[in-house]
Amino acid sequence: MSTHLSTFDSDKTSLTAWGWRLLMALSAIGLIAFYSDILDSYEVVIIILTALGMAWLGQNWSGYRWHTVAVALFSLLAVSIYGSELGRAETSFWLNYLLASQSAFMWMSALFVMATVTYFGGLIFHSEFTEKVASFLTWAATTMGMIGLMVRWRESYLIGADIGHIPVSNLYEVFILFAVVTALLYLFYERRYQTRSLGGFVLLVISAAVAFQLWYTFDRQAHHIEPLVPALQSYWMKIHVPANFIGYGAFAMAAMIAVAYLLVERQTGKASVSRWVQKMPSLSLMDDLMYKTIALGFAFFTLATILGALWAAEAWGGYWSWDPKETWALIVWLNYAAWLHMRMTKGWHGRPMAWWAIVGLFVTLFAFLGVNMFLSGLHSYGTL
Amino acid sequence: MSQSKDSQLPHRSFAWRVFHFLGSMEFAITMLITLAIASVIGTVLQQNQPYPDYVIKFGPYWFEVFETLGLYDVYSALWFLAILTLLVASTTVCVIRHTPSMLKDMFNLRSNVQHKSLLSMHHHAHWHQPGSLDDNSSIIRERMASLGFRTRITEKGDDRLVSGMRGGMNRLGYILTHVAIIVICVGGLMDSNLPLKIAEWQGRLEIETRDLPLSQIPKESRLAVGQQAFRGSVSIPEGRAASVAYLPMRDGYLVQNLPFTIEVKEFRIEHYPSGQPKSFESDLVIYDPDLEQPLEQTIAVNHPLIHKGYAIYQASFGDGGSELSIDAWPLFAGQAEPTELDIKVFETRQMLWGERELQLEITGFRPFNINPDPTEDDPRNVRNFGPSIQFKLRRETGEALEFENYMYPVERDGRDFFLSGVRGSPSEEFAYLYLPADEDGSIEGFIHFLHALHDDKNVAAVAAEMKDETLVSLQSEEDKVLGNSLQRTLETLMAMFVRGGFDEVRDFIEDSLPEAERETLAPAYLAMLREMLGRIYLNSLNLGPEETIDESQLLFLQDAIDAVGTLPRYGSPVYLSLTDYNHIESTGLQIARSPGKNVVYLGCAFLIAGVFLLFYLPQRRFWAWLSRDGEQVRIDLAGMTNRNPREFDEYFEKILTQLQSPQRNSAAD
Ligand code: HEM
Repeated sequence: MSTHLSTFDSDKTSLTAWGWRLLMALSAIGLIAFYSDILDSYEVVIIILTALGMAWLGQNWSGYRWHTVAVALFSLLAVSIYGSELGRAETSFWLNYLLASQSAFMWMSALFVMATVTYFGGLIFHSEFTEKVASFLTWAATTMGMIGLMVRWRESYLIGADIGHIPVSNLYEVFILFAVVTALLYLFYERRYQTRSLGGFVLLVISAAVAFQLWYTFDRQAHHIEPLVPALQSYWMKIHVPANFIGYGAFAMAAMIAVAYLLVERQTGKASVSRWVQKMPSLSLMDDLMYKTIALGFAFFTLATILGALWAAEAWGGYWSWDPKETWALIVWLNYAAWLHMRMTKGWHGRPMAWWAIVGLFVTLFAFLGVNMFLSGLHSYGTL
Repeated sequence: MSQSKDSQLPHRSFAWRVFHFLGSMEFAITMLITLAIASVIGTVLQQNQPYPDYVIKFGPYWFEVFETLGLYDVYSALWFLAILTLLVASTTVCVIRHTPSMLKDMFNLRSNVQHKSLLSMHHHAHWHQPGSLDDNSSIIRERMASLGFRTRITEKGDDRLVSGMRGGMNRLGYILTHVAIIVICVGGLMDSNLPLKIAEWQGRLEIETRDLPLSQIPKESRLAVGQQAFRGSVSIPEGRAASVAYLPMRDGYLVQNLPFTIEVKEFRIEHYPSGQPKSFESDLVIYDPDLEQPLEQTIAVNHPLIHKGYAIYQASFGDGGSELSIDAWPLFAGQAEPTELDIKVFETRQMLWGERELQLEITGFRPFNINPDPTEDDPRNVRNFGPSIQFKLRRETGEALEFENYMYPVERDGRDFFLSGVRGSPSEEFAYLYLPADEDGSIEGFIHFLHALHDDKNVAAVAAEMKDETLVSLQSEEDKVLGNSLQRTLETLMAMFVRGGFDEVRDFIEDSLPEAERETLAPAYLAMLREMLGRIYLNSLNLGPEETIDESQLLFLQDAIDAVGTLPRYGSPVYLSLTDYNHIESTGLQIARSPGKNVVYLGCAFLIAGVFLLFYLPQRRFWAWLSRDGEQVRIDLAGMTNRNPREFDEYFEKILTQLQSPQRNSAAD
């Protein structure tokens, strides 16, 4: 662990890191120059911020660099095969079986489920190699998901110039976003803490999301690209929704670490400890990681909620309307604020905080899904 | 942390103890959770609905209990505001109590540490260097500085102490985060309707609950132009103007005067090819005495107009009193020609239809109806069903039936029908009446047929004709008794059919025929009725001697008979057919003034900056204690952080190597 962490820091000045930053800068400049006639100033700012974020993430994280390059290449390939004809999705082999958004999402789903199983396999059989395979599968799934999102973005424009929009506008699309973001967060911490044994637990929640997503696709024919209702036609959507999902993803991850924590804790001190438990990270590390992910989630959730308020001020005529979705965002936020404070007061570590993190996931889940299913309000996207 | 102090000093004043209780972490956590739970209520119970809806939902008893608790507008209920206030008070006390020490922590390099305490720190190390104390301490200081530390050298007797700190802004993060909560809530308070509530308690304001025209709304329910915050709405038809906004308040409203007039030139909806709305836009003109010339601007969803701090949003749309031309076709006896009506949406008119007096209330008009196509399986296949009107027919007793009529015929099974939906209450689904369109695509053919059925003389003639033919076939032309009875039966059958449809005919058969004969006679009766209906229809066609009825006419007859059969359940004495319209829309504007908005945004900026500083800028301190050890200088390095201890292990090592590394020694000179 220690050697790895030091490379983490020294990497910042290496040639690769600078090359990566340069690549991001050039990509941003290229995008802005190429689309200068259709981008407004907000979108230019968004592109610049995204490039900065990606430059930061990739400067010493080779996995992310490979992921990004793969996403870019395959997405461009798909876009070029499509040309201006949506019909190619069925006639082109590559699109039909791999790169059309629908196919990419299927690959993503399958790979995530495989990765989950493989992670647990590695854990139970104490096999480093199996775990590495699981990591690889997770990367592959994440990459396919991201490619799918990129290609779907393009496909929406092929349907009609006025229909095109970033694929974060309905429940179907944000589920994929959720899976991809949560996986990336996990991979980030996996590398940082050099522990793959939490993978199965975190991927369990992703697999659940994938299962829901598949049901949603087949049962409700939800995968069709729909045009945006006027209320969603705003650049705010591009930043509000992803920020929200970093929050959701982090909270979900924290809850799954909490599950692992509780399972391991039950076994510690016992005479015979299960084989898999021996391979799990220490309780204090899991506790720490739980705190870190909740802090990350809290920070981004704060950001997302504020962005949402700014958007609401522009779309609905008030930054806060106590609309059910807004209110539930506040509830989630208050809950985690309480969690963070509780952790600072003496004596509250470990088990109770883990239980609370799990409860937090249910609260979050309600804000994310339950509100759309059971309550009515101004948030018009994503009714089930 | 503060609690322990409390217990050591029990003899404090009450105010002091309240102050400390408010600022305690336990209380803060309790308030956070309480607020979260309280917020749930308003999401489960739909807020600010019309009060009668609540009465229906909860019954009169619970309705009142919930009203007293303020559950219909939880977020401005007193008890809810009290929770918020307590949270803000707690945060305020917390900030007041911690800020001094935080500020000190931000800048203080802690050069007053003791050598001993450095050695007992979790992270510490030591090494030896040749050279003088002062040279070495300035080298270390410089290296620390180049690593981003604020540094200072302190003389400690014969020794030197270099202290350094990074990330002091972490403490600012604490202050910003918590001050943000206060700032946001203050901003929110500035934009709340609390002043209105206070004015209401003092009796200066009165909520209007009646549906009055603007000119009749009393002064007590109107708010003058001022600096206050409000959020209201107004609906303005195209071509008209308004200079007020309506603020919803519990079960009524208040009227807010505006310092300008908003005229709506045009409202537009654009659609995607699939029929979903793509944009809502209004062309507005603002007339303001302070403006040199009127301000023209188009607003759309997500693109409001802001004038003088008043923000005008595209919020909704509706009918602005479209002008309709309607033909009212009688479904009662004695008349076959339509009555022409010119009426506007939302107008009501008392009318006499045949013998029935009913009030016509036009409730809506839609220029097109894009609905799922009933002939397709996939509900996403939509079809435009053309314009429709919605109206009510109200009896003197107050009950009303609600109708929805489509202007153009709708195709079903290859034939065209005029559709009219009817229902008794908004909670029901519409039941549809299908009136067949004639060859010219008009309702006229059906009405004439119906008229002929209502015409007693005509029915009698047909009945007589049938009676004669029957008698001939029975070879008993002279049987007067049989003849009369047959004629009467035929006429009665028709009268019953027209009055009550097949149902009444069937009831009659059940009630009046002896059971033994029912089996054989019932089909005969129905056959006779059909025959008669067919003849009446044929007569109305005026066919030449050589012509025969064709397929489409037969189908029309069938559909017409079905329609006549269902008319008794239709409940209206007329069929209203829309012939022409002039669509006038109204735009629903939301108008808001929120003087607290920028305060809230400032708070939000604080919050984001504060949270990220708190989480991602760890405060790290290092101390290097330099003392002479024979010929060499002994350096004791100690370090600490306020978060991420796990990563600090690495960090400490890194700083240690950087400080020890020999190759940059020369740089010190
Ligand atoms: C809505 C209200 C509040 C929010 C959103 C909030 C947020 C936060 C956050 C995000 C942290 C950092 C937690 C961490 O480092 O893990 C924090 C720390 C803290 N909060 Fe609050 N807080 C709130 C109210 C309060 C109140 C009412 C108190 C008073 C007791 C309080 C006392 C503290 C203290 C003492 C810290 C520790 C600061 C430190 O030493 O790093 N907070 N707060």
